[in-house]
Amino acid sequence: MSGRVRLGVILLCHADLPMAARMARIWAEGGARVAIHVDAKVRAPDLAAMRDALADLDGIAFTRRRRCDWGRFSLVRATQDAAEHLLRDHPDITHVYLASGACLPLRPVTELAAFLAADPDRDHIESVSADEVGWTVGGLNEERFTLYFPFDWRRHRRLFDRFVEWQRRRGVRRRLPRGLSPHLGSQWWCLTAPTLRAILQDPRRAEFDRYFRLSWIPDESYFQTLVRRHSVQIESRSLTLAKFDHKGRPYQLYDDHLPLLEESRCFVARKAWHGADRLLAHFPRPASAAPDLSPPQPAGIERLINRTIRRRLQGRPGLYMQSRYPRKDAENGKTAAPYAVFQGFTDIFPGFERWLGARVAGDVHGHLFSAEMAEFAGRPEIGPGALSTSAALRDHDAQGFLTSLIRVSGRMQVFQFSPRDSQILNWFIATDPNAHLFVVTGAWMLPLVNSGMPFDDVRRITAHLQRVELAQLDVLNSVWVKARVQVHDLADFLSRPLALLEDALGQIEPHAAPIRALPAMRDTSGLSDLLRRLRNAGLQPRLGAEGLPLAASSHEGQATSGRPDSERTAAE
Amino acid sequence: MMRLSRPWMPERFRRRIERQYLIGRAVNRRRALRPLSDRTARIRPADILAFVTQRNERVRLPYFLDYYRNLGVAHFLVVDNASDDGSAEYLRGQPDVSLWSTAASYKRARFGMDWINWLLLRHGRDHWCLTVDPDEFLVYPHCDSRPLAALTGWLDASGRRSFPAMLLDMYPRGGLEDRPYQEGQDPVEVANWFDPANYAFAKNSYFGNLWIQGGPRVRAFFGHDPLAGPALNKIPLVKWHWRYAYVSSTHMLLPTGLNLVYDEDGGEMASGCLLHTKFLSGFAGKSTEELQRRQHYANSHEYRAYAEGLNAGAQLWCSESRQYHGWQQLEDLGLISRGNWA
Repeated sequence: MSGRVRLGVILLCHADLPMAARMARIWAEGGARVAIHVDAKVRAPDLAAMRDALADLDGIAFTRRRRCDWGRFSLVRATQDAAEHLLRDHPDITHVYLASGACLPLRPVTELAAFLAADPDRDHIESVSADEVGWTVGGLNEERFTLYFPFDWRRHRRLFDRFVEWQRRRGVRRRLPRGLSPHLGSQWWCLTAPTLRAILQDPRRAEFDRYFRLSWIPDESYFQTLVRRHSVQIESRSLTLAKFDHKGRPYQLYDDHLPLLEESRCFVARKAWHGADRLLAHFPRPASAAPDLSPPQPAGIERLINRTIRRRLQGRPGLYMQSRYPRKDAENGKTAAPYAVFQGFTDIFPGFERWLGARVAGDVHGHLFSAEMAEFAGRPEIGPGALSTSAALRDHDAQGFLTSLIRVSGRMQVFQFSPRDSQILNWFIATDPNAHLFVVTGAWMLPLVNSGMPFDDVRRITAHLQRVELAQLDVLNSVWVKARVQVHDLADFLSRPLALLEDALGQIEPHAAPIRALPAMRDTSGLSDLLRRLRNAGLQPRLGAEGLPLAASSHEGQATSGRPDSERTAAE
Repeated sequence: MMRLSRPWMPERFRRRIERQYLIGRAVNRRRALRPLSDRTARIRPADILAFVTQRNERVRLPYFLDYYRNLGVAHFLVVDNASDDGSAEYLRGQPDVSLWSTAASYKRARFGMDWINWLLLRHGRDHWCLTVDPDEFLVYPHCDSRPLAALTGWLDASGRRSFPAMLLDMYPRGGLEDRPYQEGQDPVEVANWFDPANYAFAKNSYFGNLWIQGGPRVRAFFGHDPLAGPALNKIPLVKWHWRYAYVSSTHMLLPTGLNLVYDEDGGEMASGCLLHTKFLSGFAGKSTEELQRRQHYANSHEYRAYAEGLNAGAQLWCSESRQYHGWQQLEDLGLISRGNWA
């Protein structure tokens, strides 16, 4: 033990007494005086076993047992008792460390003493102004101090909630004792004896106790607030590593945390799982000849814990699984990565899929949502991630199909689309910020031109596909669209195909080489004629192909469309 | 008052009646079980228990028992359904197994669930209970460094009563008979491939559970009729209370709160996988036999599909299959999650 520092430890125990006894032994053998508070709810035989286990050590005292409930003043009272006990019995104590029976010292106690000796007047207590705190769980930041909390949260949850609600409605606002400004922080602290004495012997202590008795979770605010009144020098950081999850429950530490804990250089960690034998055998590290005075650096383990909290609260975007099944619009990322959809391009350029595949780094699929089968790139029998090509399987959970495909393949996914395909996912894709849609409306008409089908069938199919595409355009024109959508009508596209294609390609593959020549284009010469026949048969073509010149003698790029270059507008 | 309660009370009532019926049925069927070795007196208060129904699994049992012993299962409660391969004798010789035998119909005991529900009711209360088949191996986050008691302790501390573990079908590369399985061997060594990302999800609004289908079985055997494929969602680990009951296999339970093992606000809850090593050597023979016994779900149509598919030389392995490396791999693929169990 360092010459100037004499450490006293308050150990609060409420469960797992064998572990607590083990911790008490570590502290006592490290030269600290220990005052143990055992919850009054603990059964007598357990306590007797603990006393027996510690009988051979001196410097250990058991203080008056109180019945402690989480979040209530009883915990503060137990701490006060134990602190008074320590300071009375051992007037030579210079620092008091508050720990629990599940707090595992990671570094030797002598090293802690040496660390404290380096700046003996410093109080190590996390104390953050209640106005600035952003991390408390349950939303009760300021209200902890301004409402009354007479009911136990664990046992009378409903009463607790209703009473809080009632007070809010009534506008109840408790007044803080004069001169106090509310501060919050970790329950585990290390105070110098003069500061602790000043808090305990404050002439207004009765007033403060009365006030805190009905506040919420006073063990996180009583000492943290009062220390601002008495301390000369506050280091607002707890020496105990204690992280909480999003529901305010402490994280447990297991054997596999050993390297991270070792690296963290924390003095004490909370709380070790009772079965973590390797951890308990490894810590505290034996004292070395020259005590290491480096301060705790818990960044590594805090990062791990923050990452898991984030995973619990936000999850991985685009993942749908047995324990993550977000309801619509709560997905926090509908898909895992950006993807592109080309609609109508395969109708204009029959070899478009292969042409595009040679120019972009991603996987270029065919019509993934075609009625016959899912046309994966290269047409394998089984697609990426062992997804089936069966249309029935795909449509059983189409959203799962698309999100799995995007998540399992590391590359960008690109696929073709048309009104002939399954339209189930129109809303999903349109509201997904990862989607990039390039649509040429009316292009589906091109394969009909020289199909050789009877005109009645062509008319029927045209009517159907036109209806489908108009419905899709309603979706794409809605105010809910989050995808990047570019819609051109067929006449517009045919008037400057190279420019529009280059533009689309540039958006999904910024480093693509400039396009020199267009892929082979389908013959469009019969289109105007077909349109005229359709019109005369009573069908009004409404998707842009009508902009083509009526007496079309030639087709290539001659269509002088008067329509403006349209983004997100096409149908009218 | 009446108008308020009408829309939602009937379903709640119906579920309650259903649950009471299942429990009553389980109690009623208890007479079908004949104790062969009842060592349940050795169960201590916080023990983790495993509940198993088995038939002719002698070869698999040694590794199965050892696997779960290593995870920290303290006692096995096994129902033997008329085995004739010596598995009952083997189980009787195990110090941590309590064995019941029955010759009653598996099908008429709701595919064994009546028996299991009875044993759970009788012996499972206030224990964490794991209900698995001899070909299912539980894998959960950190399972290589933390025993099952760490998981159940954490679930207790987080106020959770059930833990999901989706069925992940494992299969060998090549034909099923190419590498015979030896007694005592890790089946995952032989069947160590799985499908990474072809699972379909739907929510069952009545029971509140997720309905998961897909994997190699649907891909290879049920492509024409995906809805007929077997369900893969399972909730095998439950802190039992005598009011609980498994409804259909371990796919879902009543009351429905136990089925809410997933987050609907975008977060991830902790979950594991049951590595399902059904597809090993001997499977073809077994499926022909099961087909003849006609004791399985929905007229054994599943086994009919297997028999047809396997006779036609179906292989489960494909170029997109992944080889199993451990729980981290499953977590990266999004099949399991550690949730907030750091």
